[in-house]
Amino acid sequence: MSLAVELRHISKRFPGVVANKDVSMKVETGTVHALVGENGAGKSTVMKILYGMQRPDSGEILVNGQPINFKNPNDAIEAGIGMVHQHFMLADNFTVLENIILGAEPTNGLTIDFKSARKKVVEMSKAYGLDVDPDILVEELGVGARQRVEILKVLFRGARILIFDEPTAVLVPQEVDALFFALEGLRAQGMSIIFISHKLDEVLRVADAVTVVRAGSTVAEVNSKDVTARQLAELMVGSELPQPNTYGDTRRPEVSLALKDVSISTATGSRDLISHISFDLHAGEVVGIAGVEGNGQAELVEAIMGLRDYTGSIYFQGEAIDQLSVADRHDLGLGLIPEDRQRQGLMMAWPLWENRILGHQRGKPVMRGFILDKKATVADTRRIMQEFDVRAPGPMTAAAALSGGNQQKFIVGREMSKAPALLVASHPTRGVDVGAQGAIWDLLRQARTRGMAIVLISADLEELIGMSDRLLVMLRGSITAELDPAKTTPEQLGSAMTGAA
Amino acid sequence: MNKFSASRISVPKIALAVAAPLAAAIVSILVSSIAVLATNKSPLDAYKTMWDFGTEGGSLMEMLNTATPYYIAAIAIAVTFRAGLFNIGVEGQLRLGALFSAYIGAMFTLPPVLHVLAVFIVAMTIGGLWASIAAYLKVRRGVNEVISTIMLNSLAVGLTSYLFSQHFAVITEGSNNLSTKELPTSAWFPDLVPLLTKLGVPEIPGGSVNGMLIVAILLGITFWFVVNRTRFGFELRASGANPIAARVSGVNSKRMIVVALVISGAIAGLAGLPAVLGETHSYNMGFRSGIGFTAIAVALLGRNTAVGMAVSALLFGFLEVSSRALELIDIAPETYVIMQGSILLSSVIAYEVVRRYKLVLQSKALAKAVAA
Amino acid sequence: MKNTAVKLLMKATYLLLLISIIRLITGANELTSVGTASAALLLSVPIVLAGLGGLFSERAGVINIGLEGMMIMGAWAGGFIGAQHGPWLGLFAAIIFGAVGALVHAIATITFGVDHVVSGVAITIIAAGLVRYLSTILYQGGSWPGPSQSPDVIGISQNGLPVLSGGNFFGWKSPDILTPIADKQWFFISDVVGVIRGVTGDLSYVTMIAILIVPLTYLILWKTSFGLRLRSAGEAPTAAESLGVNVYAMKYAGVLISGGLAGLGGGFLAIVASNHYQENQVAGRGYIGLAALIFGNYRPGGVLAGAALFGFADALQLRDSESIHALILLIVAILAFLVYRDIRRGKLLSAAIGAVIAGSALWFFFAVDELPGQLVTMTPYIATLLVMSLASQRLRMPAADGMPYRRGGLR
Repeated sequence: MSLAVELRHISKRFPGVVANKDVSMKVETGTVHALVGENGAGKSTVMKILYGMQRPDSGEILVNGQPINFKNPNDAIEAGIGMVHQHFMLADNFTVLENIILGAEPTNGLTIDFKSARKKVVEMSKAYGLDVDPDILVEELGVGARQRVEILKVLFRGARILIFDEPTAVLVPQEVDALFFALEGLRAQGMSIIFISHKLDEVLRVADAVTVVRAGSTVAEVNSKDVTARQLAELMVGSELPQPNTYGDTRRPEVSLALKDVSISTATGSRDLISHISFDLHAGEVVGIAGVEGNGQAELVEAIMGLRDYTGSIYFQGEAIDQLSVADRHDLGLGLIPEDRQRQGLMMAWPLWENRILGHQRGKPVMRGFILDKKATVADTRRIMQEFDVRAPGPMTAAAALSGGNQQKFIVGREMSKAPALLVASHPTRGVDVGAQGAIWDLLRQARTRGMAIVLISADLEELIGMSDRLLVMLRGSITAELDPAKTTPEQLGSAMTGAA
Repeated sequence: MNKFSASRISVPKIALAVAAPLAAAIVSILVSSIAVLATNKSPLDAYKTMWDFGTEGGSLMEMLNTATPYYIAAIAIAVTFRAGLFNIGVEGQLRLGALFSAYIGAMFTLPPVLHVLAVFIVAMTIGGLWASIAAYLKVRRGVNEVISTIMLNSLAVGLTSYLFSQHFAVITEGSNNLSTKELPTSAWFPDLVPLLTKLGVPEIPGGSVNGMLIVAILLGITFWFVVNRTRFGFELRASGANPIAARVSGVNSKRMIVVALVISGAIAGLAGLPAVLGETHSYNMGFRSGIGFTAIAVALLGRNTAVGMAVSALLFGFLEVSSRALELIDIAPETYVIMQGSILLSSVIAYEVVRRYKLVLQSKALAKAVAA
Repeated sequence: MKNTAVKLLMKATYLLLLISIIRLITGANELTSVGTASAALLLSVPIVLAGLGGLFSERAGVINIGLEGMMIMGAWAGGFIGAQHGPWLGLFAAIIFGAVGALVHAIATITFGVDHVVSGVAITIIAAGLVRYLSTILYQGGSWPGPSQSPDVIGISQNGLPVLSGGNFFGWKSPDILTPIADKQWFFISDVVGVIRGVTGDLSYVTMIAILIVPLTYLILWKTSFGLRLRSAGEAPTAAESLGVNVYAMKYAGVLISGGLAGLGGGFLAIVASNHYQENQVAGRGYIGLAALIFGNYRPGGVLAGAALFGFADALQLRDSESIHALILLIVAILAFLVYRDIRRGKLLSAAIGAVIAGSALWFFFAVDELPGQLVTMTPYIATLLVMSLASQRLRMPAADGMPYRRGGLR
């Protein structure tokens, strides 16, 4: 059996962080090989090295038996390696065709030969069942279609070794099936596939062999038929994985949040982003909002927090809050864990103590009258760091220096500090390492027991099912289903999310 | 469990603070020396002449007088910079402010302090109004404020010229000089020299220090306090650092844009007053042009902080005044422009380099602490 | 492309019709005369060049506020070097000087990550001072008028469209059919003919080259590999990097080209639009070029349209201030249309403000017979503000414009 890719003892440090200590991997040609590990274990980094986007500090890489030294992605592409990124690397304002040929444009003298490029793309897309329209702008495509464009991008350059970085993170179960079907087709053509994931059931379904990475080093190399998901999980974490389960019924009779007929339409009024949303949420209850990204969840959050105009009414603890500004709603007791912590929740260059003020600049302990009380704020920041296990040198540390998990813990701690009666948690554990994820789940569980009402939005189906008391499915801006999490499997939820049920 | 203490002030931290200005100064001296050498003159002679002349008592007073309007205008600009906006039209705002306050201020008489305050109010209102046009265009019509303030600038220059020559000016007797009616003495801002002499500063014949210096200093202190210690200042800085997160945290971004621009315009209006109230007691043809643009450089160099801008204003003032002596040794006085320009550019780059390095250092410190 | 060209042509026709009507009402025949159209073209060239410069830079993801400074450098070089060594070398020097200014901007923003607007403003301030310093150093007295103005530059020869516009055709001076028609002042026909004759006759070769750069820009940016990669640097730099595109190089290329074009625009001002360099000659045209870019929604055809508009305002202001008075009526008409549109969209506050402005403009038109000189010179700036207010809403900026970029996606 020949080895398509072999990594020997790869190590890589960044300023302040050791991403890879000792990673080794053997990928046989014509197989699907999975690379698993928790968030922050170093999987993405080692693949970036394989793809030429980073240089290793030490170690060797062999491709098809030959040692190689990639200086940039071009070298990797020439060696037949193609990467399908987790966060799609596509230019929204370009067409599908332009995205595919970028960097490898076929030319006709001085100009690009669009005709032959289009022909090749159409051929490939038929051959592998990857259906796309080459002349449509990428920004109009959904997630599944965008992934197909990413795959075509690497195939266009003649890749024989494909790296998939967390490809199923944004797909619903049906789309995952479609992807795996395509992977089968690629493997049948003799391609070698490296598949990065932390979703162990899927890994065992599709992979022939698995390499487990933990804290920057390889801890196991096994065949998929020889292990169970549980064993893999324990290898990944070194201990038991935390579970997103809630226990008992802590629902109270008071209604904390009520939405009646809330709608938001686009600026030109042509269509509704969310349409006639109505539901009640009791104190001590968690309602999970499930849906494929882009179906109105973000707009729902904006409506509740007052970031966007809407029609209809929203009641908080019985009072209508439609006329209240964002600041007023914060003060009244609505808290938000934003979807994108770096863009929406933090000032990355500012120290933690100044970030503590964000969202809370209108009252104690931060303010004394209209003057900022620096001493009190710094002290309170220290308290948050202690209570919520935020790992950083101190309140003067810039937010940018913290890891994603610690940033998120800080934000959760900040929002919990004023004990909001309602918390909107938008993807609260996205991109966060397993330890922090467990900690945040604990915090949410405790808050729920104390009577906080929580709106939970997530793409992690297990998190949704485990943490919610009720599930609402959003599709194209409306609530299309209400499910009981105790009786719902991820597959059923996925079907409801895509409207297939 | 948190066993980490807050970072202490250590040698590296102080070194970082001066690294950028130091590097900028070195580069600037290099560039200016090359410029002087290119004209076959000695840089050392140039620097010595400038230093000797510039540190004389009279020159130092001139330096303060030159720096005062720069500082006030720079504060106006810094208010918007901190909010992530660019009010480049300060020149126009200060001109209109100066013209109107000279014209209107001469129409009536009030007791001294009140009269000066009245003039202040006129200047600030005019400046604020002019800036509000840019604010309206940005908030309601999405017009980029860089372009709108620049256009308004050119408009203001033309408008000022028109209003002055056609309507506001009168010909002073015995000269061809055109100027607005002279302000009554109750509106004159006093010279600080008598006060300084009382404090023991040696008297210099013909030397005077513009009283608006006090206003400038007070403005600087107020600026520092408001920006760093009040809620409004926090929201201003938040809008500049990350407008999206600021909005999510409850800042009304549209209102912030308008308030920042209008305040900026109002302060800019004051920047023309040192000349009008303290020196010529009117608005005339000789009104210095370009204060607004130099002030942009002062703000950038001073990194939009009260102390930084004060130092920069003084530096720029020193360079301008002391370079007048260069004519005596046959070097073009305009050399100071090269010095100002090279300091500006190299410091802007140096700040960025140091900022990135600081972040790297912090990450390393964090890793050491976490690994411990 | 064809669709937008047709739409543009329709809009231009409507506008011309409106102007014809105003001309009839006010008798301001200069509005569409051959001379005005000719001057409009001449003055729109520096704006087009600056705008195209902005296009290359912003498409590569770098905001270039320093265009004004680069134009100043180009104008200075065009004047001084053109005076010594002839117009073509002067233009070449203008391009080089503009590119040098752009190189500084590129190094500051791309390599060191300085904020784009800060760097651009700094460069403009520095450029203004630098050329003043250089002029002072080089001033030698004698026949030179002064250190703020260069000696005269010999002009570049001109030509025009044969047969219709009296152009030279291999030495044979062809008849000029269009001019008499334009002079007849027939409603609309003479206006159209006047405009056509104005833009096709007595053209400097440089003007022709400058106009040709517009379609050339489209070809380069949308039909070549280089162009696709440059645009990717401004739309999705990380994606481009992952495909092996050298994003740094593309950004540098975009900024340098933008400096060269701006420099050429400045040189044009000094050599073709006038015949020497004068301090404050550029007078904000770099910024107006940026406005044309924004108005044109970051596409070459749009930039040309915007520049034509501003050039027209500029030409009127220089040649015939009576026409500016007539222009006020045009502004009232446009504002009235806007008020109508705002009312239909339910934006009553904006409509009210627009109505007030339109009303006062109308009153101004009747109250004042002739505009004083200083106010007339303000026309291009008012025009820019007006245009920006109308056009800024439906923008399509390159997605990663203005964002600092570092290899590997690090901050």
